[in-house]
Amino acid sequence: MKRNSIVFAAVAAWALAANFAGAGSVLIRNATVHTLVANGPLDGTDVLITDGKVVSVGKALTAPAGATTIDGTGKIVTPGLFGGLTYLGLDEIGLEPTLDDPEVKLGQMRPEFDVTPAFDPDATSIGVNRAGGVTFAAVTPTSAGKEGSIISGQGPIVTLDGAVLAGSQGLYIDLGADISELTGGSRAVQYMLLKQAFTEARTPNLVLADDQRLLTPAGRQTLLAYAKGTAPWVFDVDRASDIRQVLALAAREKLRVVIAGGAEAWRVAPELAVAGVPVILDPLEDLPANFDGVGATLENAARLDKAGVSVAFSFVDPESHNIRTIRQAAGIAVAHGLPWEAGLAAITRVPAEIFGVADRVGSIEAGRPANLVVWSGDPLEVTSVAEQVFIGGKLEPQVSRQTELRDRYLEKLRQNAAR
Amino acid sequence: MKLRSLLFILGFFTACAAQPAKPTKPEPVPPIAISANPYPSTYHAASSAPTFIQHATVLTGTGERLDDADVLLVDGKISAVGKSLTAPAGATVIDGHDQWVTPGIIDVHSHMGASPNPGVRGNDDGNEATSPSTANVWIEHSVWPQDPGFTTALAGGITTLQILPGSANLFGGRSVVLKNVPSATYQGMKFPGAPQGLKMACGENPKRVYGVRKNQFPSTRMGDVAGYRAQWIEAQEYLRNIEAYEKKVAAGDKDAKPVTRDLRLDTLAAALKGEVLVHMHCYRSDEMATIIDLSKEFGYHVVAFHHAVEAYKIANLLAENHICGAMWADWWGFKMESYDGIQENIAMVDAAPGGCAIVHSDSEEGIQRLNQEAAKAMTAGSRAGLKESPEHAIAWLTANPAKALGIADQTGTLEAGKMADVVVWNRNPFSVYALAEYVFIDGVLEYDREHPPAKPRSDFYLGQPAAPGVTP
Repeated sequence: MKRNSIVFAAVAAWALAANFAGAGSVLIRNATVHTLVANGPLDGTDVLITDGKVVSVGKALTAPAGATTIDGTGKIVTPGLFGGLTYLGLDEIGLEPTLDDPEVKLGQMRPEFDVTPAFDPDATSIGVNRAGGVTFAAVTPTSAGKEGSIISGQGPIVTLDGAVLAGSQGLYIDLGADISELTGGSRAVQYMLLKQAFTEARTPNLVLADDQRLLTPAGRQTLLAYAKGTAPWVFDVDRASDIRQVLALAAREKLRVVIAGGAEAWRVAPELAVAGVPVILDPLEDLPANFDGVGATLENAARLDKAGVSVAFSFVDPESHNIRTIRQAAGIAVAHGLPWEAGLAAITRVPAEIFGVADRVGSIEAGRPANLVVWSGDPLEVTSVAEQVFIGGKLEPQVSRQTELRDRYLEKLRQNAAR
Repeated sequence: MKLRSLLFILGFFTACAAQPAKPTKPEPVPPIAISANPYPSTYHAASSAPTFIQHATVLTGTGERLDDADVLLVDGKISAVGKSLTAPAGATVIDGHDQWVTPGIIDVHSHMGASPNPGVRGNDDGNEATSPSTANVWIEHSVWPQDPGFTTALAGGITTLQILPGSANLFGGRSVVLKNVPSATYQGMKFPGAPQGLKMACGENPKRVYGVRKNQFPSTRMGDVAGYRAQWIEAQEYLRNIEAYEKKVAAGDKDAKPVTRDLRLDTLAAALKGEVLVHMHCYRSDEMATIIDLSKEFGYHVVAFHHAVEAYKIANLLAENHICGAMWADWWGFKMESYDGIQENIAMVDAAPGGCAIVHSDSEEGIQRLNQEAAKAMTAGSRAGLKESPEHAIAWLTANPAKALGIADQTGTLEAGKMADVVVWNRNPFSVYALAEYVFIDGVLEYDREHPPAKPRSDFYLGQPAAPGVTP
């Protein structure tokens, strides 16, 4: 595969076969194409895919010999969607301890923890959500639980063909009320511990007793690497005052930060805009889960966008099974004031930019891998469906564990069988 | 069925006991004075001017779609629905061009007020997880009417909702049906005359809460079923003892010893008599089939399986037994018993002859847009080759939940004489962009999107500098 991705040995054979099957060209004709790089939609436009990449986007393109043609008349083509900050490939079944890998419970601050080796490309939720038009997602650790840490660890961006995108890691930090039991009961301790972690990372010869030290040598190296400013520090915070603390920390330590959750981010919108800090928010969050979110509103995205803040979407509960509904969440943000184009960008281009993978996912442009979806209609509308999903130029099957269950029992229903 | 007739007789005698003692009997031993309604509803709809919604697309909830039609609300009731009606003098007129009108949306599965926002410890009142059978608790005693979720649900067209205890226990307790109106007390929201429900739970939750966490009974599904049976046996015995006592009293036995009253068995006995409606949290098809047999063993009826993620596997069985499925559109995989969830579940339960599908929320987020959940279910059904239409699907969130709650004669459809619980949408409600413009409850305009009240409805937001403003 020519793509800049790490393919695990477990899926290498499958991926190669898939690539072979996708060889040749596909021409999508006469669709409305949202490239996310051009200004606005391109009507009556063709997209030509060859050898896994978008070769051309334009009017009346010529199909190469042997190309498969898809009639896009009345259809909408967009980049494949971002599923958000998820446990994709980590939680085949959420409540089962043997199938639940996002948590580290070592009772230590271990920023070197990276969930990537636990990612299972055969997770059934990958096929289910891919059929719903999701083609990439962040796979994230979590700090939940008393034996965790405010620094949860790292996670990559994956595409929903099971590939992990190289160089896409983010570092995840959780602050605020939902984690105060981890830090001696006070959220002020959270900032104290972060400050000490930076001191340890930046002071190579610092001598500390074992019981006073927060980080392992590998942990110090991880923090230093992220402190160089290339990879994002994703801070899960909701309260306006915590968002301001994070902005101050970012300025002091010169970090590239992203706010996740951000229930009250709209109240800090001007500061976020000036600092150029994007927000990955849940468009459905309009109730105070706790007192950190008293300001939660369905207009969060619209107000941030208006203030010039980059907005991406994720569900606040980072499970993996139903991330296909992220486009519905985007539609709800649009119904509450966000421009439609910003709603689509929030689940395509913007998250790709946040995680440094915009050259591979989140847009449709000649020379880039063909990760795109042909929709029956408006992709943000609940009555539209993904008709064709391409990842790396390969037409993904619209078959999943769920379609097989459906087909088995539809037949039974038709036969009027009671049991 | 011997058992059924016995229960009927028992029911007859206990019903008699509730009547005032007859003056002709000499010095009767007073029966245990049990109030049938100790926490009565104090809800009364405010008076309202007639409202005339004209030239709208109307989904009646009875399967009909009327284009360019009118709906007239008078004195809190639906007065007329049809074409070219005339507005009475003094009526408030709403121009319904491009707007859609539906019955008020009803959610059969909410924990609003009992597990409210903000979800702090002091507000956590939804699950009495201290014993596998807490049929003695009533969820209404947990409901905090200031839960801001009532307001956001109203913005989604919710006019009536059932608050259920959580699913930690085999028998969780009694439910309450509320009108979604502002009040400082839950009694001020209580749907007048609506029967209470009994929340029961199958499967993983009771196993996890008692077996896994506390090493107590039940720790298995067979333990769950043994637990239900033991409770129902006790309830039958309780009814028999009450009957024996009442017979003695009727015969003038002054030494008759009254049966010691037991709140838990009161609830179970009321469920056996059909006075309290049984709502069963159950995911797997095999467990639902077991529960259907169980209900026949003890002679009660399950009105709805809630969550019912595998209902599509036994859609015909549910229909034959007149049991509704109350379901999500697409949730799955968050626990083992939800692993087989599919997007066609609602449409397939609906497609069985006589099937009763309900879209439920179990979520303060989902309750705000049951219309969209129904739209997704319709879309999945259509794609699977099933016949779907807005005029039919609207019943999944109006008429069918009203039926399961035992209030179908009062609300759930736009029929003359019913409560004027009505939503006016800015477009076809089966859309992500659809918003409720107006929500009427008993003819009173409770929600007006363009003209929100000056202050938030929930006391919680008053004086909070962070409050997002009155737009929910």
